[in-house]
Amino acid sequence: MPAPYFDYTALAPEIILTVAIVAVLVADLLFEEREKYQTSTIAGVGCLAALVPVLYLAGNGADRAMFGGAYMVDNYALLMKALFLLVGYVTILLSTNYIEEGDYYQGEYYVLLLTALLGMTIMASARDLVTIFVALETLSIPTYLLAGWRKHDARSNESSLKYYLMGVLSSAVMLYGMSIVYGLAGDTRLVEIAKYVSSGQGGQLFDVAIFFTLVGFAFKVSAVPFHFWAPDSYEGAPTPVTAFLSVASKTGGFVALLSLVYVGFFGRGDAWQPILWVLAAASMTVGNLIAIRQTNLVRMLAYSSIAQGGFMLVPFAVANQGDGSARPEAFAATVVYLLIYAVMNLGAFAALIAIARKTRSAEIDTYAGLFNYAPALAVTMSLFLFSLAGIPPLGGWYAKLVVFKAVLDAGTVQAVILGVVAAVNSVIALFYYAGVAGMMWFKPAPAETSTARVPVALGAAIAMPTVLILAIGVYPNLFARLGELATKGL
Amino acid sequence: MDWFDSWALSLATFIPMVGTAVVLAIPRAKEELIKQVTLLTTAVTLAVGVIILFQFDYDAADKLQFGVDKSWIEVISSRYHMGLDGISLPLLILTMGITLLCVIYSWDHFPEPHNPKAFLALMLVLETGMIGTFLAQDLILFFIFFELVLLPMYFMIGVWGGPNRDYASIKFFLFTLFGSALMLLSFLALFFKSDPHTFDIVKLAELHGEGIAHGTQLLIFGGLFLGFAIKVPMFPFHTWLPDAHTEAPTVGSVILAAVLLKLGTYGFIRIALPILPEAAHSWAPYIGALAVIGIIYGALGCLAQRDMKRLIAFSSVAHMGFVMLGISTLTSFGINAAIFGMVAHGIITGMLFFLAGSVQERYHTRELSRLGGLLLQAPKMGWILGYCTMASLGLPGLAGFWGEFPAVLSSYEPAEGLNVGLFRFFMVVAAIGTVLAAGYLLWMLQRVAMGKVPEEWADAHIHDVHKPEWIAWAPLLVLILALGVFPGAVFNVTDDAVQLLSKAFVAEEH
Repeated sequence: MPAPYFDYTALAPEIILTVAIVAVLVADLLFEEREKYQTSTIAGVGCLAALVPVLYLAGNGADRAMFGGAYMVDNYALLMKALFLLVGYVTILLSTNYIEEGDYYQGEYYVLLLTALLGMTIMASARDLVTIFVALETLSIPTYLLAGWRKHDARSNESSLKYYLMGVLSSAVMLYGMSIVYGLAGDTRLVEIAKYVSSGQGGQLFDVAIFFTLVGFAFKVSAVPFHFWAPDSYEGAPTPVTAFLSVASKTGGFVALLSLVYVGFFGRGDAWQPILWVLAAASMTVGNLIAIRQTNLVRMLAYSSIAQGGFMLVPFAVANQGDGSARPEAFAATVVYLLIYAVMNLGAFAALIAIARKTRSAEIDTYAGLFNYAPALAVTMSLFLFSLAGIPPLGGWYAKLVVFKAVLDAGTVQAVILGVVAAVNSVIALFYYAGVAGMMWFKPAPAETSTARVPVALGAAIAMPTVLILAIGVYPNLFARLGELATKGL
Repeated sequence: MDWFDSWALSLATFIPMVGTAVVLAIPRAKEELIKQVTLLTTAVTLAVGVIILFQFDYDAADKLQFGVDKSWIEVISSRYHMGLDGISLPLLILTMGITLLCVIYSWDHFPEPHNPKAFLALMLVLETGMIGTFLAQDLILFFIFFELVLLPMYFMIGVWGGPNRDYASIKFFLFTLFGSALMLLSFLALFFKSDPHTFDIVKLAELHGEGIAHGTQLLIFGGLFLGFAIKVPMFPFHTWLPDAHTEAPTVGSVILAAVLLKLGTYGFIRIALPILPEAAHSWAPYIGALAVIGIIYGALGCLAQRDMKRLIAFSSVAHMGFVMLGISTLTSFGINAAIFGMVAHGIITGMLFFLAGSVQERYHTRELSRLGGLLLQAPKMGWILGYCTMASLGLPGLAGFWGEFPAVLSSYEPAEGLNVGLFRFFMVVAAIGTVLAAGYLLWMLQRVAMGKVPEEWADAHIHDVHKPEWIAWAPLLVLILALGVFPGAVFNVTDDAVQLLSKAFVAEEH
């Protein structure tokens, strides 16, 4: 057997991240306690440095395949890698003051964060069941630890434990499904599985395999009814970690789901479309309805992200219309939604962390009158909330539009029904997003208000998404083109 | 002036946006400067409108003028396509004028909690949204502008509104969003059903819904209907309106009545009717029925009100019923009347809300049972109220007449193929509605302006109309009379474009 071919240029982002991980570890050993905040700088530089080869590869244009197609570096993979690295960078900006002031271990925190990022960048390229699984575990295991970072807080422990148990359970279910797929198809590479699928073999056992694999990922992307862990884990975890979980980790799950469904299982639309239809409709509806009842903003955002996940699942449910005409459109819809969601949800969490420095709480009641004493924060927070609700001219409207467009492109009865469910849900969602905005704008401020300032790193983490969300809203072509490029690999 | 032809509409739409940015950059404490910048912005916007008014080619009012058609979102083939014809022109000028007058009116009395910076910034965003909606010729662009008005109005009601503002603001927001979500689905359906796929309103209107099965057309029209009817609002989707109007600050009510409601009726005329004439034909009797129910229901609702502002709000439901009745006849006569009705209602009801605001400011109440004798305490204001009331109830010679009377008359002979008997029945019901309108408006006038001054206010010093009020009101008062005497000023502008539109309903006949 010849030695496998390594394309070091294609692997450069992952290699740089690995170097950064080692650098943070070593720096953590060498630095004095009061200098340890610099580990965050190293981690941040590592993220940005890894972005350089990603940009080079994107400019270079050629798709690079390794290990017999198990590891692909194409437009789609590069786009997702860039997204992960940027989200990682913003998360580091969010964490810097939080972790330093909270007296937590700093070096280890960034090591784990970077390791999770490494898993995600691998996931973007994984086109093979084993690689997907390895990437998934690499991105999950560090996040189990990060969720429990506030170790003196019982809720953080609960968060970590729940997340861990659910994660392991879902991995087990998924592996079981994957093992059947391998047993039937005789190969772990997705392209080979696709060939097996299109040959028309498989039958009911393959349906079962698809079912188990999808259920495993449904846990990862916290789709209803496999969402129970998410709100508890989100609330207990340190807020920057919650931001990371709800954006990066969720995107990681979706990236795997996209590869699996659109590359591997696509021909068996009859088996996976109904499952994803139900998951999408249930996630949107249940997520939104429970979000209305929340009094804590982090929990509300947790449920809202479940509902947003439902919107991302909608294009899946209508992707296979027999002739394959709806496939690129549906694929691009989910990709564009993921990109815009990442910007607005990250922005919302950044604003939340900044506001929590003033209110000392994420309870929605404590936001009363924020507009009067911290107008800039109140306005940016409102922008993100209304963007999540999909109100033009904020970026979120375009994400919703492409989903609706994919649905009507398919044009079947089931598709249109799902479209109406989604439309009604976007109205329900407005109710709770606007509720928070109303608390900030309409209610009188408390007698005593904190004068805590927003640190520079955090300010940057808020400013970037704000600018982006307005730019996307006014000129969506910016991200729409990216979505179109990503479909080229299909 | 070649550059003006291609830039006029973009300038008109985005000058207020630039103004918003400038206002946001000024520190909150410099209130005078903020007000001056806003005034300047709205004045310049109106100036652009006036130049457009002079440059407009009235002999080709059925064609889109000052057109811009640039690439915008290529991926979904949506374009930045703006254009202006005879239907849009009066509404455009109305919007620009009303916004300027609202800035002048607010000059010295910003409602609690004050904060002119936020208030005026929101008002400018609102102006961009309203102007853009009347100019957009691309469905997605239209949708963006149509929705752009929601956020500022939500905050305007919620922050500066009355005691029940939380409820009113979210109700307004949810109702409109529900409609527009389904409207968006219909837009997308139109896109996929057109060949080649396009969001362009002009191209879609040329297709007349060709190649779309009748059942599908009806469904798509249903989505559009919901989106626009909630905005109008038509019975039974009107329930957000009285709440929003009652709680909104004066200026918010004025803009809501004068312009925002027109976005809905304009949507029918610009999008729903020309793109899907066949479906419009099938839907017309139902629209007509809801319109006349709205007329009667609104009138009866008025008679049951104790609050002056709420009464005017219900009268809006009735007046918009006349507008919708005119549209539902699908004749050029009816649609012309509808557009006139939109402009007239904008001016008159806008004026009535100004008055309600000023009355409340002086008496600190809008309870009809506690008011009275305005003519004795503030005679000028009392007379203005009387004048506007007469205009609102459709007195010939004033603007209101030309919105109401032709709309009623047009239902005597609806477009070919519609049930003539049914529409004549609508006509009778609408005529009864005009009588009721006279009833409730005169009743309001009597309670507020006539009679003796109640004891409660006997010693109160009630200031008569003051300067900012005069400046803000005078143009509207003149217009009410001018349009009443020369209705042709509007009819001549709209007629060509409306004729073009109504051809779809004549040509289509079997």
